[in-house]
Amino acid sequence: MLSIKNLKASIAGKTILKGLDLTVNPGEVHAIMGPNGSGKSTLGYVLSGREAYIVEEGSILFEGVDLLTMGIEERALAGLFLAFQYPLEIPGVSNLEFLKAAVDAQREARGEPLMSSKEFLNAAREACKAVRLPTEFLKRGVNEGFSGGEKKRNDILQMLMLQPKLCILDETDSGLDIDALKLVADCVNSQRDAKRSFVVVTHYQRLLDYLKPDYVHVLSEGKIIKSGGPSLASELEEQGYAWLDRQPGEEKSL
Amino acid sequence: MTDQIQKAISREYEAGFTSSIESNTFEPGLDEEVIARLSAIKGEPQWMLDWRLKAFASWKKMPEPHWAHIDYPKIDFQAISYYSSPKSMDDKPKSLDEIDPELLATYEKLGIPLLEQQMLAGVAVDAVFDSVSVVTTFREKLKEAGVIFCSISEAIKEYPELVQKYLGSVVPRTDNYYAALNSAVFTDGSFVYVPKGVRCPMELSTYFRINEQNTGQFERTLVIADEGSHVSYLEGCSAPQRDENQLHAAVVELVALDDAQIKYSTVQNWYPGDEQGRGGIYNFVTKRAMCHKNAKVSWTQVETGSAITWKYPSCILRGDNSVGEFYSVALTRGRQQADTGTKMIHLGKNTRSTIISKGISAAQSNNSYRGLVKMMPTAEGARNYTQCDSLLIGDQCGAHTFPYIESRNPTAIVEHEATTSKVSDDQLFLCQQRGINSEKAVSMIVNGFCKEVFKQLPMEFAVEAGKLLEISLEGSVG
Repeated sequence: MLSIKNLKASIAGKTILKGLDLTVNPGEVHAIMGPNGSGKSTLGYVLSGREAYIVEEGSILFEGVDLLTMGIEERALAGLFLAFQYPLEIPGVSNLEFLKAAVDAQREARGEPLMSSKEFLNAAREACKAVRLPTEFLKRGVNEGFSGGEKKRNDILQMLMLQPKLCILDETDSGLDIDALKLVADCVNSQRDAKRSFVVVTHYQRLLDYLKPDYVHVLSEGKIIKSGGPSLASELEEQGYAWLDRQPGEEKSL
Repeated sequence: MTDQIQKAISREYEAGFTSSIESNTFEPGLDEEVIARLSAIKGEPQWMLDWRLKAFASWKKMPEPHWAHIDYPKIDFQAISYYSSPKSMDDKPKSLDEIDPELLATYEKLGIPLLEQQMLAGVAVDAVFDSVSVVTTFREKLKEAGVIFCSISEAIKEYPELVQKYLGSVVPRTDNYYAALNSAVFTDGSFVYVPKGVRCPMELSTYFRINEQNTGQFERTLVIADEGSHVSYLEGCSAPQRDENQLHAAVVELVALDDAQIKYSTVQNWYPGDEQGRGGIYNFVTKRAMCHKNAKVSWTQVETGSAITWKYPSCILRGDNSVGEFYSVALTRGRQQADTGTKMIHLGKNTRSTIISKGISAAQSNNSYRGLVKMMPTAEGARNYTQCDSLLIGDQCGAHTFPYIESRNPTAIVEHEATTSKVSDDQLFLCQQRGINSEKAVSMIVNGFCKEVFKQLPMEFAVEAGKLLEISLEGSVG
């Protein structure tokens, strides 16, 4: 699904990722943890192709294709989805209109017939139910005046509608109360199958308790310094990240 | 990312083709003799020529106005030709079959089929090519309802009493520099009269097309809605792509008598000039409505064209309880300059006005809203609400707001709201990350911004306006 080798990337002349390796196979859920400023969000932006981020070295293959030659939409249309740490507002553009444009673009790219308005509306209503947003939210501007939690759920709603192959969730759990956290986890779990993969960036053990990732990685100063199973997350929760710095050379078990 | 915004907003002008139609065009220049010749060609009565000459005499004494937030080289009014007509129009065709096929093809290309059977159902069209009205469709059907819809030249000859009574009654000959010029040299335009209590059975529409080089277009439109009548009118405009600037100075007068309603919509797409600012139409227009008791006039405009737009559709709310509305979308790109807005003059008691203005500026363009709300001492209980929003695309454009409010009645209420926002790189990134290309994304954001105004346009034209702003409305199912 995703193969990242020796990725070095910078923004505004500052190198953030300093040789990152990561392989994600179809159906796997990978959690990425790490201290603030270690490059977790940068990874999401680099994968999605945001212009300000410059890839200096390394390679990224997505389903065997060189991701770095593709534009932002191309990557999105190929099935890469990024849920934002701080979802943005687009006033005046209704959620429904936005979703329809995105779903249409995806279907068009795959050469599938477009959904009829009725079909689409039903699907959108279902998705609303799943993330427990009232259907009135479909008529409101994208994230316009939504609370922090509503914005995050709206991102998940978009994920449900777009059915991407690889979902990168960038601290989707931050700012959520326990019920919302569980809801997001349930939505993600409902989308798990043998073909779909997730890269979940988080600071907290709690989301991972619900998600049960296949792998947990620790990102520090632009590199993955430790990888392990779900138990690694609990160790981190108890001991913080400091102990890892004292064990160089133990990285990359994948 | 800003590059992508640039790409998304730089679009070729699609109506920029030229038609090879033989024409009779006056030599450039303007004096009494030219006006007399023009009047003679049109077979006008003496009173009309006298009116023109009086206007010309006033114009000569008037200074060119320079208060607007626009910048352009001095216009040489002697270098412009004041009359041009397709040759085949010399013997005015009796029916559509006799019209020069090239001319029909021109309108076809613009998406305005003139053959009645192909027309949008329920829309009658008057087409003005350079200086003359070439065809007016559905006249018979309108006549049955008593509605007069013809070119102003015909109206001068056939309905002189109506024309004499109302021409210049809303926009006097000496109103302003360009209105005076128009009064002296106007060549054609549309005339509408809707009799008492009649609801006009279809949308009326005029399409203006400038074709000849170095000609000015000076059209004059007069719409009279008699007591208790209703009419909806739309005008559209385009011009070929040329390196020189061309002048368009129109006057539109609306008269809404007691209890009448007029809805006047404009989709203006004159050639805006190229990216360096070469060529394009100078659009200096005076539009004004007189609203009598309980009358309502609604101006809706979508302005995407012209190198320079100088235009303030206004309402004089003379009658008690009369209502004036102004809904505007003005989009400027390249080096376009727009200074547009409205005037609402409240004279009557309990008069109400609403102003919704949406300015969108992209590239190196400048977009200004200029509006006057005036509450006269007689305007007991009058109300105005103004909302003025600007949207910036890119970082080299400008948006300006010049509201003037004068309240001379303590019971009158005036409200003004203004916002400025920007299409951000982050918003575009979000759209693209979901698979929506930047062009579509900008369109959606701009469309969302203009929604309030678009919903005021008649259905077919809302679609047209949307297309003009590169917006596909197909995606909106809510």
